Amino acid sequence: MKTVAVIDYGMGNLHSVAKALEKVAEGTKVIVSHDPDEVRKADRVVLPGVGAIRDCMAEIIRLGFDDVVREIVKNKPLLGVCVGMQALMDFSVENGGTECIGILPGRVEFFGNELRDPRTNERLKVPHMGWNQAHQTIEHPMWQGIADDARFYFVHSYYVLPTGPELIAASCDYGISFTAAITQGNVFATQFHPEKSQHTGLAVYANFLKWGGE
Amino acid sequence: MGLAKRIIPCLDVDNGRVVKGVQFVDIRDAGDPVEIARRYDIEGADEITFLDITASSDNRETMVHVVEEVASQVFIPLTVGGGIRNVADIRRMLNAGADKVAINTAAVFNPEFVKEAAEKFGSQCIVVAMDAKQVNGNPLKWEIFTHGGRKPTGIDAIEWAKKMVNYGAGEILLTSMDRDGTKVGFDLALTRAISETVHVPVIASGGVGNLDHLCEGVKQGAADAVLAASIFHFGEYTIEEAKRHMAKAGIEVRL
Repeated sequence: MKTVAVIDYGMGNLHSVAKALEKVAEGTKVIVSHDPDEVRKADRVVLPGVGAIRDCMAEIIRLGFDDVVREIVKNKPLLGVCVGMQALMDFSVENGGTECIGILPGRVEFFGNELRDPRTNERLKVPHMGWNQAHQTIEHPMWQGIADDARFYFVHSYYVLPTGPELIAASCDYGISFTAAITQGNVFATQFHPEKSQHTGLAVYANFLKWGGE
Repeated sequence: MGLAKRIIPCLDVDNGRVVKGVQFVDIRDAGDPVEIARRYDIEGADEITFLDITASSDNRETMVHVVEEVASQVFIPLTVGGGIRNVADIRRMLNAGADKVAINTAAVFNPEFVKEAAEKFGSQCIVVAMDAKQVNGNPLKWEIFTHGGRKPTGIDAIEWAKKMVNYGAGEILLTSMDRDGTKVGFDLALTRAISETVHVPVIASGGVGNLDHLCEGVKQGAADAVLAASIFHFGEYTIEEAKRHMAKAGIEVRL
């Protein structure tokens, strides 16, 4: 039986992620694991995350998951979610500056507390919280069956800014246009929470379980 | 097009049953929380909030089971409030499948708890619920009450909201005690005053009796989300009807 491992590094909403994967698993076994060797053996891997990046990175490194992630992406599909996406970048400005895993080139920036809608000049709340639209910027197996501009659930104050725009798989507008999803090789990552985005989000997980990577 | 305004049905749960009181008394039974949550999900609720109003802490475990059951079937954000007093309470609810917890009375008695919770679990999952009542004053003033609106605290609502955000609250659930259960609409002045003061999202609560009230909460109250209970529980309106009504009024919603 094929397996998908959800990396458990003590942070984040693993239960929600695991429950959503189980809902669409059909023949794939869902494992939640804090054991790097068990994660290495899985056929595909999800890196979830919520909370502050410094605490997340500290635990990822302490448990050795930074190396595991670097190894996995050479030949297996990896899905990063929210802070799990941000952790894949080089560096985040959060918590006074935090080094991240660095398998995707780019930084994680802050929306700022003076964010405004460029059309109406209305002040925008931070965190960006709720259902917003993902504009698909490339065709990708992960978008199969998902309408362009479909709404997903976001909750974050920081956003990913890749070095090259060619890595962006979807963008979203909130004061600025920011990266809603990113992909390179075997990596796909979303700023939104597919596990909290109802049917549309479950479709993302279903696609991930079918995706062969690259 | 951009971020949608959210509609959040709220389920007051007592010993595992959904109930709804009028101004915190006169409780009517409205059914099974899991069944109701599933229905709201199908109708297009953007999130669901559960407030555990079970008096005895012995029966708090019931709420954990409700959350577990809902979380395995409903894939939208779930917030749980009522009786969240320490880090262990938060962890238990998050492990059961809640995405956020709402802290109310415990924040008033020990504001540091909000700081501790936000540091430990992240601001994104810490909602501070505040129950406010208008008091004499010019300009308008509101005071924070605890114990379901029975006990005054002497704390100014606007100052409290600022403080809670500084302490790490990621969202404010603002209930007008004057309006709760009355069906005459939100306290719009209160909602706007708080929403314009803080940089985090504000959920308006208390007083919804019809769909125009939801629109007013967003347009005049500047709320980022609107919460209602009885208009949905007793089948007066579906969430889909509410969203279509808001969309017609020019409010961006997820349809």
